[in-house]
Amino acid sequence: MTITLWLEHAIQDADRRGLPALRPLLEALARATSALRNAGWNADATGQLDPRRDG
Amino acid sequence: MADPRTIAELGQALAAGRVTAALVAERCLEAIAAQNASLNAFISVLADEARAQAREADAAIAAGRRRGPLHGVPISLKDLIDVRGVATTAASRVREGHVAAGDATVVRRLRAAGAVIVGKTNLHEFALGTTNEDSAFGPARHPLDPSRSPGGSSGGSAASVATEMAYASIGSDTGGSIRIPSAACGLVGLKPTVGAVPTDGVVPLSTTMDHVGPMCRSVEDAQLLFDVLRGEPPAAAPAREARGIRLGLLREYFMALLDAGVAGAFEDACARLRAAGVEISEVSIPHAGDIAPIYLHIVLPEAAAYHAVTLEHRADAYTANVRLRLEMGRYILAEDYVRALRGREVLKTEVDAALEGVDGLLLPSLPIAAPRIGAETVRIGGSDEPVRNVMLRLTQLFNITGHPAITVPCGTTADTLPVGAQIAGRLGADAALLAVARALEPHLGPGTSR
Repeated sequence: MTITLWLEHAIQDADRRGLPALRPLLEALARATSALRNAGWNADATGQLDPRRDG
Repeated sequence: MADPRTIAELGQALAAGRVTAALVAERCLEAIAAQNASLNAFISVLADEARAQAREADAAIAAGRRRGPLHGVPISLKDLIDVRGVATTAASRVREGHVAAGDATVVRRLRAAGAVIVGKTNLHEFALGTTNEDSAFGPARHPLDPSRSPGGSSGGSAASVATEMAYASIGSDTGGSIRIPSAACGLVGLKPTVGAVPTDGVVPLSTTMDHVGPMCRSVEDAQLLFDVLRGEPPAAAPAREARGIRLGLLREYFMALLDAGVAGAFEDACARLRAAGVEISEVSIPHAGDIAPIYLHIVLPEAAAYHAVTLEHRADAYTANVRLRLEMGRYILAEDYVRALRGREVLKTEVDAALEGVDGLLLPSLPIAAPRIGAETVRIGGSDEPVRNVMLRLTQLFNITGHPAITVPCGTTADTLPVGAQIAGRLGADAALLAVARALEPHLGPGTSR
């Protein structure tokens, strides 16, 4: 699931559960998740390094 | 003669009959009675039990059965540690009605060593926070300035030791919750190697990052307490002198966001160490920028798993901020948790590599001095930063990797608020870390104020 789609679903669910105050926290979490996924040590199934990632 | 300041001094005075455990316990209880209303350090005071334990300790000493350096020493416990027959509140209304069926292993070990348990201290609700503000019992307050936080989550523990309500406290540390309040209040605080001290009977926050350890007034006291908490015969490393100790200074990420007063005190301490013959060279953690995302993606889902049922059925019993942070964890995907676990191994390797050729890693413990209660952001270098993120920034790495780390007072800011220096050691080499910290302690700073 992409982070954009994940965030959209998470905010919708939080609103449905009466937790609109979660939105800014989820947005911050999405930024952290993006950093996590882009870290250089992540493996991917192609076996090749993704050039977007750091060293 | 002045009252003993440290456990080591008190132990000698008790053994020599210069003071009694009953008198020492009474003085701590008097300090609690005088100051707890303003500092809110204790959630429950076990006065009758403490007096009875102190009388027993005195009787044992008189009979020649002193059990060791903690015998007759008043100690407080963070109120997420089980004491048989007493509520473990975790500073939350979620725990209303709870009474612990037994002692946590660390409490059994403290009792066996003759310690006197004076009470249970305030904390950030369920240890999920760095300021102690979100507590069902109201915030604990800083001993030097009640408008400030003592740090957290073990804030009441730090306040209790800094004000002589206890000689030491046992806290927990999942992202820095022993080291942050210890640094903020001018104390020594040890987060041992992961797994070195048992966590059973301690309310969990993050099962793979929770640590239990001591908060006290000297490195020697930390060693004495650690030996008891780990439940094995003392493993003190040979004493060292400062000259010739090699430290790896973590700069880059770790010094990039520091309050000017903290930076000044820390740099002054480094200069004193160099003058004492300590060799300081710079080392780096290549993926330091990933520490916070990795931490977040481990701590939040692990906490959410423990709280899932009560979030469904008793959500209103949580403080609003803690509830929201726990809810965040319920949205983290399993694949991202696994990525974070992989990141943990990377950071562990990098910390091990940074430790090659040095006796320890050196960095500040806390980027800011004790923050004002209610402050959501703090201004550093021209920008406003979230208090919580800043306070965790320098400690959470060693919760992720499990390396032992200790904070030692290293001076004060211009406002006379304490600043701490942090030293981290090799996995499982807690005794070696303590020996290094003990050698450096006289050069780092003046220690806690009385």
